Amino acid sequence: MSDIPSATRPQRGLANGALAWLGGVAVLPVGGALRLLDPPMRGMQRVIGARRMAYVFLLPNFVFFGLFVFLPIGINVVFSLTGGTALFPSQRPYVGAEQFTYLFDCGSYLDPASCREDHFWRGVANTVKFIVFQVTAMVLFSLVTALVLNKKIRGRGFFRAVYFFPVLLSPVVVALIWKWILQRDGLLNAAITTLGGQKILFFVDPSWAMFWAVFVSVWAHMGFYTLILLAGLQAIPADLYEAAEMDATPRWRVLIRITLPLLWPNMIVVIVLALIKGAQTFDEVFVLTGGGPGTATLMVVQYIYETAFSSQVQNFGLAAAASVVLGVVLFVLTLLQFAAARRKEV
Amino acid sequence: MATTRLSSLLGQRRNGQGRPLHWTDVAAYVYLALGVVLMFGPVLWLVMSSFKTESALLEFPPSALPFAQVEVTVPGQPQKLPLFRVTLPDGTVRQLAQVRRIGLVAQMVDPANPSQQFRVAIDKREPVRHIALATENYSEPLQRFAFLRFLSNSVFVTLVATLITLLINSMAAYGLAVYQFPGKQVATIAVIGTLMIPMTIILVPVYLVVTELGLTNSLWAVILPGAATPTGVFLLRQYMLTLPKDLIEAARMDKASEWQIYWRIVMPLTLPALAVLAIFSIMWRWNEFLWPLAVLTKTEVYTLQIALNAFQGELQTQWHYLLAMTVVTLIPVALVFVFLQRFITTGIGSTGMK
Amino acid sequence: MAELTLTGARKSFGTINVLHGIDLAVKDGEFIVFVGPSGCGKSTLLRVIAGLENVTSGEVHIDGERVTHLPASERGLAMVFQSYALYPHMSVAKNMAFALENMGLKPAEIEARVARAAAMLRLTDYLDRKPKALSGGQRQRVAIGRAIVRDPKIFLFDEPLSNLDAELRVATRKELAALHAKLGGTMIYVTHDQVEAMTLADRIVVLNAGRIEQVGTPLELYNRPSNAFVAGFIGSPRMNFLPAVVMSDDGTLRLSVGEREVALPRAASGLVAGANVTLGIRPEHIDVAPDNGMLAATVDLVEQLGGETFIYASAPGLPQITLREDGQSQFYRGDAIAIRFAVDHLHIFDATTGAALARP
Ligand SMILES: Nc1ncnc2c1ncn2[C@@H]1O[C@H](COP(=O)(O)OP(=O)(O)OP(=O)(O)O)[C@@H](O)[C@H]1O
Ligand SMILES: [Mg+2]
Repeated sequence: MSDIPSATRPQRGLANGALAWLGGVAVLPVGGALRLLDPPMRGMQRVIGARRMAYVFLLPNFVFFGLFVFLPIGINVVFSLTGGTALFPSQRPYVGAEQFTYLFDCGSYLDPASCREDHFWRGVANTVKFIVFQVTAMVLFSLVTALVLNKKIRGRGFFRAVYFFPVLLSPVVVALIWKWILQRDGLLNAAITTLGGQKILFFVDPSWAMFWAVFVSVWAHMGFYTLILLAGLQAIPADLYEAAEMDATPRWRVLIRITLPLLWPNMIVVIVLALIKGAQTFDEVFVLTGGGPGTATLMVVQYIYETAFSSQVQNFGLAAAASVVLGVVLFVLTLLQFAAARRKEV
Repeated sequence: MATTRLSSLLGQRRNGQGRPLHWTDVAAYVYLALGVVLMFGPVLWLVMSSFKTESALLEFPPSALPFAQVEVTVPGQPQKLPLFRVTLPDGTVRQLAQVRRIGLVAQMVDPANPSQQFRVAIDKREPVRHIALATENYSEPLQRFAFLRFLSNSVFVTLVATLITLLINSMAAYGLAVYQFPGKQVATIAVIGTLMIPMTIILVPVYLVVTELGLTNSLWAVILPGAATPTGVFLLRQYMLTLPKDLIEAARMDKASEWQIYWRIVMPLTLPALAVLAIFSIMWRWNEFLWPLAVLTKTEVYTLQIALNAFQGELQTQWHYLLAMTVVTLIPVALVFVFLQRFITTGIGSTGMK
Repeated sequence: MAELTLTGARKSFGTINVLHGIDLAVKDGEFIVFVGPSGCGKSTLLRVIAGLENVTSGEVHIDGERVTHLPASERGLAMVFQSYALYPHMSVAKNMAFALENMGLKPAEIEARVARAAAMLRLTDYLDRKPKALSGGQRQRVAIGRAIVRDPKIFLFDEPLSNLDAELRVATRKELAALHAKLGGTMIYVTHDQVEAMTLADRIVVLNAGRIEQVGTPLELYNRPSNAFVAGFIGSPRMNFLPAVVMSDDGTLRLSVGEREVALPRAASGLVAGANVTLGIRPEHIDVAPDNGMLAATVDLVEQLGGETFIYASAPGLPQITLREDGQSQFYRGDAIAIRFAVDHLHIFDATTGAALARP
């Protein structure tokens, strides 16, 4: 037991050293600019005083925040309350909550077909369905993987890397890799036919399309959640396990009575993070299925994107209203995450 | 004998103490082996497929390795002819080149003796194949499409955006970590608050802002909106807060200006965190999809990801190019991963960001 | 080299008042030591002088020039931090050169100054090393070197020796004294170690709860503490404080201490019969006197240090009394002894205010 910390310590030093070196390379081009800025900044400090230099340091970042975050949040609300097709807010007539009532005009919320804006509600239904399956699968697989990787096995670093690397792939690449495997004459259908089955047209059958959307998304992201859980597992003090071993506790009891309860805070973080990311799902599914067949895998974000940018009539108001709705949902989820994170600290 | 050796090897604890192999250990290894196949397999399949010729890609069931049919020049024939292994009616097997195919019958010739012609039923012949890498899948898109252009667009966006992010994020983090000033609380909350606002929900208004700034269909439209990352400010601030305050005061006593303290003292000491942010920024920017998709409509300014998406829409049948370009797109990521895997995973483990 | 004046310097952090009006004049070339218990505001006072904190009210003058609102970087002072605050990413030479570069000196001049300081501090062999690769004592010397190269108006030290082991602390203390003799600069030094204060200081400033209790040379503070706090703070082991009542002041002063009466040979002014006072007597001024003891006591604990011995004894109705004996002692726990005060060295303090009343 005691060998593990001492074995990792020099590595950590090495990692930090290498990181510092890397950072140095990254910052090198910036370094020149920083030196050039020296005289003007000195002058600035002489004029406004050392203490007020804080504002100078904050300024660039907050100009960007202002332009591309704070201002847009405000405009989004304006958009959602105005109509017409103009992009510039002042040319858009005020319509009050009309966009929202239009969006929410439904015979029954459980039946997207009964809604006036049925695509939005299909998106909602699909996204909910997607989240339910995806979060369940994600938590399950990343938990099992983290538990396995937490064992004292050989090549742990290698296996951790194996599960993690798809996290870094772009959603487009991920989707194309799987599209290639799942196509009509692809690897999977080849396997099925050699086993005596019939070719399956995965992207023509709505249920299969949804299944693969979930599968690919879990494949791509489970490494990330595995790492979070693994960090949680490794933070469990080793002496707890040693104490359990002294008491001759069976392994399954150790798992259920020690490991899982202590891992629970990390599990909550994983669940909520997966929920938030799930609600924002767009790119992988969009490239993989294009939202199809029909609208079987159309997600809310794709609805927003298409309503605003690629439909015949660019309906910015409706798209903005839908993103306000999505924003509220995400906000609630994020509050959940903060609550979870706070519980974790306790 | 071999199996007991193997199991004792596997059962060894890392510190070398022997321990019998529990069934959960066996299950763990099986699970991991499956994982390797499932996680690596698809990428490997993609890479192997990308080296297949267009016709080899259409084969069903597909072969594992990139085979191509051998072609030979036959005197008297204008073009190269594909080579087949043919079982003749008398039971002998010969290698013949196919001149043309008429219905279910192929007209064939012996390359060594071109005057001798054969008529063979097509189910009596098998292509003679050799392993060949269809490198033209890679070289042709470079000429046919503006592939290099997309590549350089992506590189430009990634590098410039990362540099801007490092600069302005570190400045803001320094301001928030080192100074006491009126409004500090508000500024910090603003940063943490924006941590949770995804680009997705402000897509339309950001588009408006970018349009008003006259940036549509320029790479700056992709670079600028995401340059000030709250995640970066937060990460760097947390790191800078761990630097001893004495160092900054010592620098002040040493007559350093505030800007000098920032770039000569604090920046060098924040390098590990800057590196983590740099890696993440590179990943974000290289892989970014939704926003470029919304804001870039002209082909010249497409980034790789957008171009790839456009190709898979337009050239549904041209999988050979698409696969090759997909491989090219994932090469930088693969390199980053191979060299920096440990830092990335520890970075995520300790910061929980992605 | 410069003189420093503080007038009515106050400092508060929000609603917490840390310094309550400090008046102090430091002469050119003087070695001043601030001592006081932890949290009394020593560091804060030093940082106010440095310019790292702004005074809430009051004035700071250096060489007659008002610097109250000047930031640290423009006051021309140098500071050695308790943590040394060496720049971890710079070599020893770079650490020392940093301030000189900021002052805009020429490279040749910088190199000369660094070389000179390094030679003085025996750091020449370590100039290319990073701080991480130095021992505690070497780091400490680099921190001092960083101040020396600046040739500052005033050197400020905030407990510079507290991170060193006992032996190194003694050695470095002597070096610092030698350094001050050589450089002759004005130095202000914060410590809570009274041995450092006594050995290094030209004058000691005793601080308590954000106020100056007394300013004086080390021996003045030892011999004539102006109140019970200073008396207790200076000297080790601590002065014994015994509650007493004035019996009479007719020519000789008689005090009742515990169950005994003690007569003091000389009269002191301002004492009236019946007043409650505190009697102060240092351990080194108490003897074991088998024949003519003033007080009977029982030994609680004996600490043998070889060259000297501390005896802790209790007498009925009195707090525990500490005695210091030269050499080694024959007493053991539980022994009954008779002790005797050297009456010439008795201090008398007002029992309520703690102010020194009389010096016999
Ligand atoms: N930035 C600050 N904000 C609030 N209170 C502070 C601050 N700095 C110091 N104080 C308070 O001021 C008082 C004096 O602190 P100071 O550091 O000057 O003590 P000190 O005499 O140097 O103690 P020590 O011997 O432990 O170093 C302490 O009670 C401390 O809590
Ligand atoms: Mg202090």
